[in-house]
Amino acid sequence: MTEKKQKDWAALAKMPKFVELHSKKKAFLLTLWCLGSIMFYLLPICAGYAPDFMKVKVFGRLNVCYFFCLIEFAMTWAIALYYTHKSNTYFDPLTREVLAEIARGEHA
Amino acid sequence: MKRLLILLIFSLAICPLAYAAPATDVAGKPASTVPSTTAAGPSQAPAAVSPAVQNAASAQVQAPLAKEVKTNKTITMSMFMVIIFFTGMIVVRAAKSTKTTADYYAAGGGISGLQNGWAIAGDYLSAATFLGIAGITSMFGADGFMYAVGPFFSFVTILLVIAEPCRNAGKYTLGDILSLRSTSKVVRGTAALSAVVVSTFYLLGQMVGAGKLMQLLLGIPYNVSVIGVGVLMILYVTFGGMKATTWVQIIKAFLLMMSGTTITVLLLWKFGFNLFDFYDAVASSPSVQNHVRGLLKHATPVSGFDYGQRFLEPGLLLKDPLDQISLGMAFALGAAGLPHIMMRFFTVPNAQAARKSVVISMVLIGAFMIMVTIIGFGAALFISPQQITAVDKGGNMAAPMIAQYVGGGAGSIGGDMFLAFVCAVAFSTIIAVVSGLILAVSAAVAHDFYVNVLKDGKTDQNKQLKIAKISAFVIGAVAIVLGIACEKQNVAHLVVLAFAVVASSNFPVILFALFWKRFNAGGIVTGLTVGALFAIGVVVVSPTMTYPKKIAADAKKVVDLLETKQASGVALAEKDLKALEKARADYVKNKDGKSLVGLDAPLFPLKNPAILSVPVGFLAAIAGTFLFGSRREEEMFDELYIRQNTGYGIADATDH
Repeated sequence: MTEKKQKDWAALAKMPKFVELHSKKKAFLLTLWCLGSIMFYLLPICAGYAPDFMKVKVFGRLNVCYFFCLIEFAMTWAIALYYTHKSNTYFDPLTREVLAEIARGEHA
Repeated sequence: MKRLLILLIFSLAICPLAYAAPATDVAGKPASTVPSTTAAGPSQAPAAVSPAVQNAASAQVQAPLAKEVKTNKTITMSMFMVIIFFTGMIVVRAAKSTKTTADYYAAGGGISGLQNGWAIAGDYLSAATFLGIAGITSMFGADGFMYAVGPFFSFVTILLVIAEPCRNAGKYTLGDILSLRSTSKVVRGTAALSAVVVSTFYLLGQMVGAGKLMQLLLGIPYNVSVIGVGVLMILYVTFGGMKATTWVQIIKAFLLMMSGTTITVLLLWKFGFNLFDFYDAVASSPSVQNHVRGLLKHATPVSGFDYGQRFLEPGLLLKDPLDQISLGMAFALGAAGLPHIMMRFFTVPNAQAARKSVVISMVLIGAFMIMVTIIGFGAALFISPQQITAVDKGGNMAAPMIAQYVGGGAGSIGGDMFLAFVCAVAFSTIIAVVSGLILAVSAAVAHDFYVNVLKDGKTDQNKQLKIAKISAFVIGAVAIVLGIACEKQNVAHLVVLAFAVVASSNFPVILFALFWKRFNAGGIVTGLTVGALFAIGVVVVSPTMTYPKKIAADAKKVVDLLETKQASGVALAEKDLKALEKARADYVKNKDGKSLVGLDAPLFPLKNPAILSVPVGFLAAIAGTFLFGSRREEEMFDELYIRQNTGYGIADATDH
C-alpha cells in the first residue's frame, strides 16, 4: 500500500467536491445513527421506568412491549434500506466524481 | 436473586456456557432439580434452591420430568459426520487456492457482497443466539425478545460507522487502519494486543461453551469435545484460511436459517399461522403460569393476577433498568469493534459490497432473531419451562427439544432426525465461530505484531503465510488448554467483558481515527489501554464476580427458611432436605471467603460496565490526544479521510 509518489493529501482534502461529499455524508450518518440510538435506548428505558405502559394490551394478548420490540426490528431494517438507497443514489455517484477529479489531477 | 438471575442470562445468552453440566450429566446420574456441583460454582445454588422450594409442591404432583433429551445416537452421529465431511471438503478445496497472505486473511478480497452477508450472519449467529435466546424466551418470556434487540441493533453502528470506512481504509486488521493515522509501532503493537485480548475472552467463552454443549448434545466427555473442536478448528484455519472459514460460515448460516424457519413454520402451523392464537395459547398454558408464579415468588396464587399475561410482559429477567441500558450500550457499540466481525469487511472487493453484505446480514439476522423468540415461546408452550430447566438450567436445550417435538416427538424418526439436525447445526455454528476468532487472533499476531512491528513489514509472502499459520496453530492449542482449564470456571463474564472492552476501547479509537482530525498516536494508545483496563477493572469489582459472602448470606436464608419450616413440624420433602444440606455446606464454605480482588461486596452496582467505561474510554482517547499531540499525524488525517470516504487507492490494497 506504499504510495509510489507522495500525494498532496491536504490539497486533495480541500477539493470542493470532496468537502461536499464528506460534510453531507457525516451529517447524514450522524443523524441516522442518533435517531436509531434514541429509539434503541427507549426500549430498555420504557421497560425499566414505564412498565405499566409496556403492559398495555394492543391486540389480544400482545402488548406494547411486544410491538415495541417488533418496531425496533422494523426500524433497524428501515435504517439499512434508507442508507442503502441514499448511498446508491447520492453518495456513490458523488464519490465517483471525486475519484474522477483526483485522477484528472494526477494526469494533469 | 435478581443478580443471580442476570448472571444466568449472560451465561446462556452469549454462549451455552457453564450451566450445561449439572442436570444432564453425561453419566445420566439421577440429578436432582437442585444442582449439586454446578460448573458455575456455588453462586448458582441459592438461585436454584428457592424456586425449587416453591415449586416442590407442584413438582410432586406432576409426573417426574425427564432429565435428559433422548437422542438417537446413530442418527445424531451420522449428522455430525456429514457436517464434518462437508466442511472438510470445503477446507480441502480452499486450501488449494490459499497461497498468499491476502488469500489467507481476506480470501483475496474475492468474496461477493451476498456471500459475505451470509457469512456475517453466520459469524454473528453463534450457538448463543440460537440456543441461548430461545432458552431465555422459553424461561422468561418477553424479556427474551427484548434481549434479542440489542445484538441486532448493533448492526446499525456496524453499517453506518464501521463497514465502508474499514473496507476503504483497511487491509486485514484494525492495526492497518490505525497505522494510517500514525506510523508509530507502539500503535500497531497496542492494536494487536487489544485484538488478542478481546478475541481471547470471546474465544474462551466459546470453547468452554462448545465443550459443555457437546457434552449436552452428544454425551461425549467435556475434555474430549474441547480437544475435538479445537483440533478441527486448527485444521480448518491453518489449511483453509479465510476462504474456508467464510464458506463454513455461509453453509452454517444457511443451515441455521433453514432449521429456524422449519421449526417456526411447523409451530405456527398448529395455530393456522395466527400469532394471536399462538400467544394466547402460550399465556393460557398452566405450566407457563405456574412457572411465572415461581419466578415472582408468589407462594400461593394471587387472585386476579394473570400469570400467563405476565409471561408476555417484560421484567421477569431484566430487572435493573440501568443494567439493561448498560448492556444495550455494550452490544450497540461493542459488536462494531469485534476483530472477527471487522475482518469480514476485508474479504469483499469494495465499499459497495461491504454495505450490501451488512444489509443482507441484517435481514437474515433480524428474521432469525424474531423466529428464535417464537421458537422460545413455542418451547415454553409445548415443552414447558419446567421441563426445559430440568434438562438444562440455562435453557440451552429449548430449541433442540422443540425441534424434536415438532418433528414428531421423541422416539419417532422425524423427531429424532430433526433433533439430530438441529444439534448438528449447533455444532457447525461453534466450529464456524471459533474458526473466525482464531483467524482474527492470528491476523493480529502474525500480520500486525510479527510482520509490521518486529520486521518493519519487510518479510516475503511465504514467510508471512508460514508465520500466520504457525500463530493460528499456537492460538488454537492455547485455546484448547485454556478451555480445559476453565471447565469449572464461570466464564460467562468473559464474554460480557469482551463486548464491554471493545465498546470502551476499540470503538472510541476507531471512531476518532476515522472522523477526528486532531486524533493521534497518543490518543490511540491511551484510548485502547485505558478504555480496556478500566472496563476490565470495573468488571472485577462488579457483581459479575463471585462474592462468597453474598453466597453465604443467600445460603443462610435458605437454611433459615427450611429450618423454620422443619421446626414448625412440617416434614421436609427429600428435595428440600437436599437443598438444606447443600445450603449449609455452601454457608460454611463461603462465609469467610472474599472475591477475586478481596472484596466482600461489589463496588460497582451493575453487571455490565459499559455505561461507565464507554465514556471513560472516550475521555481517555481525547485526553491522550491533547497530551501527546503531534502535528505530523494531524496531517496524515487527510489521507485517511480521503481513503475512507472514497475508497481511493483501494486497488493498491487488493493487489498490493
